[in-house]
Amino acid sequence: MKSLLKMTWVEAKLFLREPASAFFTLIFPLLMLLIFGAIYGANPVPGTDSTEAAIGALIPAFTGMSIGIVGLMPVTITMATYRENGILRRLRTTPASPLMIMAAQVVVVFVMTALGVLLLMIAGKLVYHVQFTGNALSLAAGFTFCSLSFFGTGFVLAGTMPTARTAQIVAMVLMYPMLILSGAGWPRELMPAAVLKISNFLPLTYVINLLRGLWFGESWGQHLLDVGVLAVMLIAGVLISLKTFRWE
Amino acid sequence: MDAIVQVQGLHKTYGATVAVEDISFTVGEGEIFGMVGPNGAGKTTTIECLEGLRKPDRGMVRVLGVDPQHDSQTLRLRTGMQLQQSNLPDRIKVWEALDLYASFYPKPVNWRELLVQLGLEEKRNTAFSKLSGGQKQRLFIALALLPDPQLVFLDELTTGLDPQARHTIWDLVREIRSHGKTILLTTHFMEEAEKLCDRVAILDHGKIVALDTPANLISSLGVEERVTFSVDGTLPPAFTAALSTGTRVEVQGDRVTIHTVNTRQVPLVSEVVNLLGSQQISFHDLRTEQPNLEDVFLSLTGREMRE
Repeated sequence: MKSLLKMTWVEAKLFLREPASAFFTLIFPLLMLLIFGAIYGANPVPGTDSTEAAIGALIPAFTGMSIGIVGLMPVTITMATYRENGILRRLRTTPASPLMIMAAQVVVVFVMTALGVLLLMIAGKLVYHVQFTGNALSLAAGFTFCSLSFFGTGFVLAGTMPTARTAQIVAMVLMYPMLILSGAGWPRELMPAAVLKISNFLPLTYVINLLRGLWFGESWGQHLLDVGVLAVMLIAGVLISLKTFRWE
Repeated sequence: MDAIVQVQGLHKTYGATVAVEDISFTVGEGEIFGMVGPNGAGKTTTIECLEGLRKPDRGMVRVLGVDPQHDSQTLRLRTGMQLQQSNLPDRIKVWEALDLYASFYPKPVNWRELLVQLGLEEKRNTAFSKLSGGQKQRLFIALALLPDPQLVFLDELTTGLDPQARHTIWDLVREIRSHGKTILLTTHFMEEAEKLCDRVAILDHGKIVALDTPANLISSLGVEERVTFSVDGTLPPAFTAALSTGTRVEVQGDRVTIHTVNTRQVPLVSEVVNLLGSQQISFHDLRTEQPNLEDVFLSLTGREMRE
């Protein structure tokens, strides 16, 4: 337990010393909100008769986007590089366990993502006076559930790809379509039927559906499909991550 | 002397390549035991089988009385390992690495003392990637010493270091041994093995070709001893006549070389210098050439040992 805390603390410092990961986790969602806010203003979601402010809908969408980016990029890159550079090899000669190493990573990226989302919400409140109508506890639980379901992907990629470079490329190839087609940056209501079909196959779509619902005060019961898909991802992610972990 | 490491008939192949073939040796408590040989001789494979990082195909391996394959936890707690290829995150600071690694062990030594002992105090807040090769190796030694291990593995510790950094590391290794720890190291520097190790196993093509103390290895060959010097003028015949039997004199211009192959009571150099003095022959540039482990390797394998 003492070593898990130490490792989490050191990994958190390393995370913040890496400019790219700190930027994409903490600053990027905020920047997206400000840019999209400037475009949309406080008009209704385009193409729908929704009366909610467009900015309000953007916050859960960018939260989902943040989870997608963090799960695929920093987790994959950190773990694959640690293996390739022999950092895991050095750890292997100590009593440190794979579970502890992965747990420290999960805690760090989860806390960083949460901080990024918090900044996003504060900006929404201060700059655009976004009204939150849902249940805060339920939203926090949804955020945690979605994050943990998604982070497994990064460990699986890092464990299965032969080199850090291929892991990173595959992560990017998976990430970009998801960012565009899952409803994170572009509302699903505006997508043509064919694109919606593709969208249905992207795991991030379910993250965004669930978070958006919870943000607007819907119940978990209204999102059983999303919860089901993400629960399967969570269980598969944990099992496959542990199974595919390699020291070298 | 208790055996800290026991190896009997160790065998390891990678596909069609035989990396280690039927190796046996023991390492006693408090010893500095070295495995020396060219790249690809099987040193790292052997040490990694002992560390539990590789699974031997055949043979018995016991480290601190346990089988590394079945009780890796014991090894991780009671041995220190410095690996040939391993790393730390680029941006981790020296003190953070020590503090983190110390937390893995139930009773770690005080890492602040190690920092001073290994001369890294000034580099306390330096990022790992900003350290020199010698500083990185000293940090790895410090990490290996954190569990207060009975046995320390050092694999190619000084490869890539400049001579000065290498000597610093040698002093550190001797210092570690003086605290009662056993050290098992590999190197492809014959000089390092000769200066540092109590006993040396010379490996070539996956086999141990010789195993003894450096002194015994050298003397067992009966390799000749040489003294060379230059004389002003010519060497008087009386000098050659007065030399003890079993010596051979070679003269090239004013340069004189005296060889001996005998095991001697009086070192050849004292006899020569005494004789030169008593016969009042003026000389300069006197040198002795002692055989070394390099010569031992050459005579055992018929090849020069080069990186």
